[in-house]
Amino acid sequence: MDIEIVKVGMADLNSALHPCMITTLGLGSCVGVALYDSKTKVSGLAHVMLPCSEQAKNNSNIAKFADTAIVKLVEDMVKLGAKRERIVAKIAGGAQMFVFNGGSDLMRIGHRNVVASKEKLAELNIPIISEDTGGNYGRTIELYSEDGRLMIKTIGFGVKQL
Amino acid sequence: MTISFEELNNLQLDVLKEIGNIGAGNAVTSLAKMLDKRVDMAVPKARILGFDKVTQILGGEEMLVVGILLNVTGDITGSIMFTMDINAARQLVNILFGNKDSSSLEFDELELSALKEIGNILTASYLSALAGLTNLKILPSVPELAIDMAGAILSVPAIEFGKVGDSVLYIETEFSEGITKVFGDFLLIPDVDSYEVLLKALGVIG
Repeated sequence: MDIEIVKVGMADLNSALHPCMITTLGLGSCVGVALYDSKTKVSGLAHVMLPCSEQAKNNSNIAKFADTAIVKLVEDMVKLGAKRERIVAKIAGGAQMFVFNGGSDLMRIGHRNVVASKEKLAELNIPIISEDTGGNYGRTIELYSEDGRLMIKTIGFGVKQL
Repeated sequence: MTISFEELNNLQLDVLKEIGNIGAGNAVTSLAKMLDKRVDMAVPKARILGFDKVTQILGGEEMLVVGILLNVTGDITGSIMFTMDINAARQLVNILFGNKDSSSLEFDELELSALKEIGNILTASYLSALAGLTNLKILPSVPELAIDMAGAILSVPAIEFGKVGDSVLYIETEFSEGITKVFGDFLLIPDVDSYEVLLKALGVIG
């Protein structure tokens, strides 16, 4: 069976029906939020860049922010037949790519993206069943609709399955 | 008022390009001194690019690149990043250490600190051109280096740019020593509040 391969860019989101593999490449301080409904196998992935749309001067792209992107992704998945109550989440990314003493805002953004994503998921009652966040390295992630597994590939830090 | 690079017209963009040109020129002179070799440079290209395009230019999100990041303080605040392809970094290190003919993509401590220093010299030269032209005080921090996927490295400046728009100001340089060509890219990342200061000082906005 041919599976559809769906790419998600930076500050972007996408959802698809089974069979599919949704991927986003080279996550750094951004966070990948993978959502999955195990019954319908509807899958969705958001590549979140910033924690909060309300703090931004330009918030026209709702896929960019954790608070707006996750809401939109859930809506899109429900349209594809997913049931809100069944959706679970796996998150990855939020690395700190450069280490500076004193750490400005720019440097802590990875952690803030993770926190904001978790808060939004909690607010929507979406359980996080696993995560691979933090560290100082990039990640490419792939969400498989077959079983909802999330593969995480890195350079020098191996391959992981969530 | 918030200004993003996306709203600049061609003339304004030319001003930024010219700074890129002078800055990169300074940078190459410094690099030639460091290498004690003649270094040539092509005219840099300054572009306003969407996030997705930047990673494509670097060879795709998963391409292994070296990123050197410095914080900037003074009259404007923000950061500046210099990125280069991992193979270009190897070539530079080989040139710097003379007769080494390594093709390894792993760098030892000494080589890493040499790369940091190269990034430091290049970005500091760029910033001093910018400071000279604008009469702004611009002070760089010590450099930090990361080697990883282009997407991950560029997420750092992209996030900062992301607060005001969906594009980055990107200056592509190409320099060569003998037959060895090295491509590198500068990304200037002013903090949100520094755009106006910077563009005003450049006479781009009133």
